[in-house]
Amino acid sequence: MAALTYHAPDSIDAAIALLADASSPPKVMSGGTDLIIQMQRPKAPDTFVVDVKKIPGMREAEWSDDGLTLGPAMSCAEFTKRGDIKSVFPGLVEAAYLIGSTQVQGRASLGGNLCNASPAADTIPALMANHAICVIQGPGGTRHVPVEAFVTGVGKNCLEKGELLAALILPKPTPGTSDAYLRFIPRTEMDIAVAGAAVSLTLDHKGVCQRARVAIGAVAPTAILVPEAEEILVGQPISDAVLERLAKAASDAASPITDRRGTVEFRRQVVGVLTKRAALIAAERAGDQS
Amino acid sequence: MKTHVSATVNGDAVEFLCTPSETLLHVLRNEIGLTGTKEGCGSGDCGACSVMLDGALVCSCLVLGVEAEGSQIETVEGIAHQDKLHVIQEKFLEHAALQCGICTPGLIVSTKALLEENPQPTEEEARYYLAGNLCRCTGYDKIIKAVMDAAEVMRQGA
Repeated sequence: MAALTYHAPDSIDAAIALLADASSPPKVMSGGTDLIIQMQRPKAPDTFVVDVKKIPGMREAEWSDDGLTLGPAMSCAEFTKRGDIKSVFPGLVEAAYLIGSTQVQGRASLGGNLCNASPAADTIPALMANHAICVIQGPGGTRHVPVEAFVTGVGKNCLEKGELLAALILPKPTPGTSDAYLRFIPRTEMDIAVAGAAVSLTLDHKGVCQRARVAIGAVAPTAILVPEAEEILVGQPISDAVLERLAKAASDAASPITDRRGTVEFRRQVVGVLTKRAALIAAERAGDQS
Repeated sequence: MKTHVSATVNGDAVEFLCTPSETLLHVLRNEIGLTGTKEGCGSGDCGACSVMLDGALVCSCLVLGVEAEGSQIETVEGIAHQDKLHVIQEKFLEHAALQCGICTPGLIVSTKALLEENPQPTEEEARYYLAGNLCRCTGYDKIIKAVMDAAEVMRQGA
């Protein structure tokens, strides 16, 4: 492994100071399930590790009138056990539950999944479908960035030198809202998405869609929103015809690559099917709520 | 430069020195001398190095030794009660749920975590929970039989 310098600050301010003054390229660590592997690669550069798990609030999740404030370093194991979160964001919890093994979930976090910015990250589409906001703190103060603007490319995010992801805010959904996340993998567990789709829907008491947001993963350099989803779904009941249009919009929005996990054609088709199925699940859940 | 770390392992206070790049797995085996925890892949895929870290099941190869400061760690060595094996260990023996044995310590630790979290798992739930524990000898059938049998005995004893 490359030579490491390790710090575990106990406040955001101390973390920012460390990140801003780091001699070698700093890396923020939460669960370390990606970072430790990256640091063990041959020729990995010397790394200045700032472990944020000892900072108060980083591993907590709290509700307020605005919604859920999620500590980005909370492990997926802790996150998926929170019944209060699952009842509001079942799709986001499903996405967290699909990351790696039980052991990996014991360490991996939503914030780490987001900052690591893999195109195939499971929680990023689910965060996008739920309008998540990234609270970024740094030497210049605090700024809020919607999650879809946070990831800027494969393995890249918008954090500037000295900045870190301090919290994720999930706005409280209106009544009649629910979500779902589905992914395709060639086996049943412990794999990386070949394609993924997250859908959040709001239905009125007649089952007519009031709001919709659809994000797809592993079919572009970053997870992306399906821009036409709202236009297709809003004002409509969730019919087969509407779902077919939605599936086509998701397939059209995808710009996948061919690799050993799947071809362009396969990914494009599957992401449409997943989107349709996730929308059905989200609609059923939203119907139970309205 | 080495860092001084204090932690609790299987109920005993331990102190060790490690560099920031050493993993908890390396520390357990080489500094503390607890070699029950095995290194399989070293990349978090196989679960042979499973331990409990502050109540969470983790791969110790994906934890830095320096992160263990102040933590509670449980390894396979802490599962038996002195000379008396834990029910899970007895059932693994009874069902011959091991061949080469490298995956066994990790599976014992993971099974204990599973049954503490879910005392009455279905076979499917048990298989999913333990999906991160790979057996290269592919002896999964006997492993799952041992797990389900241990679960039943533990429920009766509870």
